[in-house]
Amino acid sequence: MTYFAGIDIGSTASKVVVLDGSDMVDHFVLPTGWSSKETAGEIARRLEAGGHPVGADMKVIATGYGRVAVDYAAKTVTEITCHGRGGRYLLGRDCTIVDIGGQDTKVITVENGMPTSFLMNDKCSAGTGKFLEIMANRLGVDLPELFTLAAAGTPLAISSMCTVFAESEVISHIGAGEKREDIAAGVVDSVVSKVAGLCARHTMKGDVLLTGGLCDSAYLVDRLSQKLKLPVLTHPLGRYAGALGAALIARGKAAG
Amino acid sequence: MEQTNIKLPADFETYGEARKAGFLRMKQLKDQGARVVGMFCSFVPTELVYAAGALPVGLCAFTEEPIPAAEANLPRNLCPLIKASYGFALTDTCPYFYFSDFVVGETTCDGKKKMFELLGEIKDTYVMQLPHSRDQAALSFWRDQIIAFKEKLEAFYGITITEDDIRRAIRRKNRERDVMLRYLELGKLNPAPMSGYEMGTRVDAGSFSFDLDQRCDVIEARTAEVLEQWKANKNSLPTDRPRLLVTGCPNAGVREKIIKAVEELGADVVAFDTCNGIREKVEKVDESDPDVYHALAVKYLNINCSVMSPNESRREYIGEMIDSYAVDGVIEIVLQSCHTYDVEAFFIKRFVTQEKGLPYLNIETDYSQADKGQINTRLAAFLETIEK
Repeated sequence: MTYFAGIDIGSTASKVVVLDGSDMVDHFVLPTGWSSKETAGEIARRLEAGGHPVGADMKVIATGYGRVAVDYAAKTVTEITCHGRGGRYLLGRDCTIVDIGGQDTKVITVENGMPTSFLMNDKCSAGTGKFLEIMANRLGVDLPELFTLAAAGTPLAISSMCTVFAESEVISHIGAGEKREDIAAGVVDSVVSKVAGLCARHTMKGDVLLTGGLCDSAYLVDRLSQKLKLPVLTHPLGRYAGALGAALIARGKAAG
Repeated sequence: MEQTNIKLPADFETYGEARKAGFLRMKQLKDQGARVVGMFCSFVPTELVYAAGALPVGLCAFTEEPIPAAEANLPRNLCPLIKASYGFALTDTCPYFYFSDFVVGETTCDGKKKMFELLGEIKDTYVMQLPHSRDQAALSFWRDQIIAFKEKLEAFYGITITEDDIRRAIRRKNRERDVMLRYLELGKLNPAPMSGYEMGTRVDAGSFSFDLDQRCDVIEARTAEVLEQWKANKNSLPTDRPRLLVTGCPNAGVREKIIKAVEELGADVVAFDTCNGIREKVEKVDESDPDVYHALAVKYLNINCSVMSPNESRREYIGEMIDSYAVDGVIEIVLQSCHTYDVEAFFIKRFVTQEKGLPYLNIETDYSQADKGQINTRLAAFLETIEK
C-alpha cells in the first residue's frame, strides 16, 4: 500500500495529514518550536509510530514556511496552492479561502478545483495569528480565553496598523482601566478588520471558507462574517487544509 | 517548486560589476576633458546632451547602502530609488555623480521633484518641468522646456548647439533605440532564448559603456549571437516554462530578488514594460519633423510612465506585448511609496485579469532583503497557478 503525506510546517504549528488511495488514515498537529529541522525529524518519528514510515511506500510533499526543512519530502509546494487545494477538497466545491496563519494571511480564489489567484498581507503581523498571540499574552490569557473574553465585550478601537504600536494602544487601554472583555473584543475586531481589508482588495468568488488554526473559534468566524457581509464557512479539519492539500497533490502526482 | 540556476554566458557582468567597471573609463574620459551630464530618468532628452558634445550618464540609484544616510534628511516612507539617488550623492559614493559637471532632473513624481531641491545643495542640479498630460498646451510647454535645457547646456559649456547637431544626435539615438528594441524583442522567440535577468541587466549595464556607437555594436553582436544559438538549440529548450511580462517601477534595485528569483523557480521573463524595457524604445524621434524641438517633445511626452495622467497608452502597450510575446502571466513591481504606479496598478490588474484573462501578481517592495522569503513564496505560488 502506498501512502501520501502532506506536511505543513507553519510558523506556529506543524500539521500532518496521511492519505491512502481513498481516505485519510492519519493526521496530527505539533508546535513548530524553534527548529523546523527538528520538527521535521519529530514528524518522521510520529509517522513511523503511526504505522506509516517515511520510505519507498510513502510520497511526501512539504509546504508552509518551513517546507525546505523537510529533507525527506519529494517536492515542496507553496502553502497558497496547498491551502487552495485542501480547502476545496474539504468544502467540495470552488470557493474563496481565507487562511489566517501564524505570520501571514492569505486570500485564495479556487476555480475549477485549482487556485487561480491570491493575495497575501504585506510584511507585517497585523491581521495574523501572531497579532492575536501577542495581544493575548499582554492580557495574560491564552487564545481560547481571549475569544471567550471578547465574546462578552464591546470592541474598543485599536486602530494602529502596526502590531508594535497596537500593543502600546492595548497597554494604554489597560492603563486606563478599560474592561478586559472590551479590550479583547477590540483585539479580535482589529484582526478581523485587517483580514476583511485584504479581502476587499481581492475579487471574492463563491463561498468563503476560513482555514488555519483560528477557524475553530466560532466568535472570530462570526465577527469575520459580519465584517465581510458574507457567510464564512469552516470545517473541523480547517487547520489541516494546507497539509491535506499537500497530501492530495502527492496523491495526484502519483496517479497522473 | 524546484530551484535551478539560470544559465548566463561566461562573459556576463552583473549590473553592479558593469557599474564598477565603468568608473575607470569615466575617470579616463574626464581626464581627457570629457563633458559629463548626470541624470536619473528616461524623460531627459539625451539627444541634447550628445548634441552638446557631452556624455549622459545614469546616476547610482539601485542599492540600499546609502539609504540610511539619506533618511537623515528625507522621510523614511519615500521610494527607495529616490532615497538611494540622494543618499549616493550625500555620501559621495557614486563616482558618476562626482564626475558629472551638473545633474539634470525632471519633475516626474512629487518625491523626485522635491528631492532635487535637496540635491541642489550638493551639486548644480538643473530641473526640467515635465507636464503630466499630453495635450497641446502640455506639448508646447514641454517643447519650451526642451529649448531651455538646450540653452542651459549652451550657457554651461559656453557653446552653441545647432539644429544640425541635434539632428545628428537624433539619428544616433534612434539607431540605439532600434538596436535595443531588436535585442529586447528576442523575448518574442518561443521557447525563450535567454533569461530576462540577462536581458534587463545588459540593457542597464550598457549605459556604463559611454561610447554610444560601441554600445550599439556590442548589443547588436549579442543579438545576433543569441539568435544563432537559439536557432541551433531551439528544439532542446524547455517549452513548459511560463512566459512572464514584468511591468511597473524601475527594477534594477530588485532584479535579483524578483526577476532572477522567478526565473530560478522555473519561469522566463520575456517582456519588460519598464524604463529599461521597450517603453522608451518603441517610439522614435521623428527625423522628418522640420521642428527638432517639437519632434523631441512629442517623443518624450509619449513615454507612458505612470506619472502621466491619464495614461491609457501603457495598457495598450501591455496588451500588445501580451499578445506578441505570448505571455502567460504579468508581474507588476511597485517600489514602496511610489504612488503613481501603486494607484495605476488598479487599472493594470483589471486590464490584465479581465480583458486579457491572465494571472497578475503585484509585488510591493523596497531594496532590502527582509522580504526575500515572502516574495519567493509569492512567486512560487504565482507560478503554481499558471503551471503549464
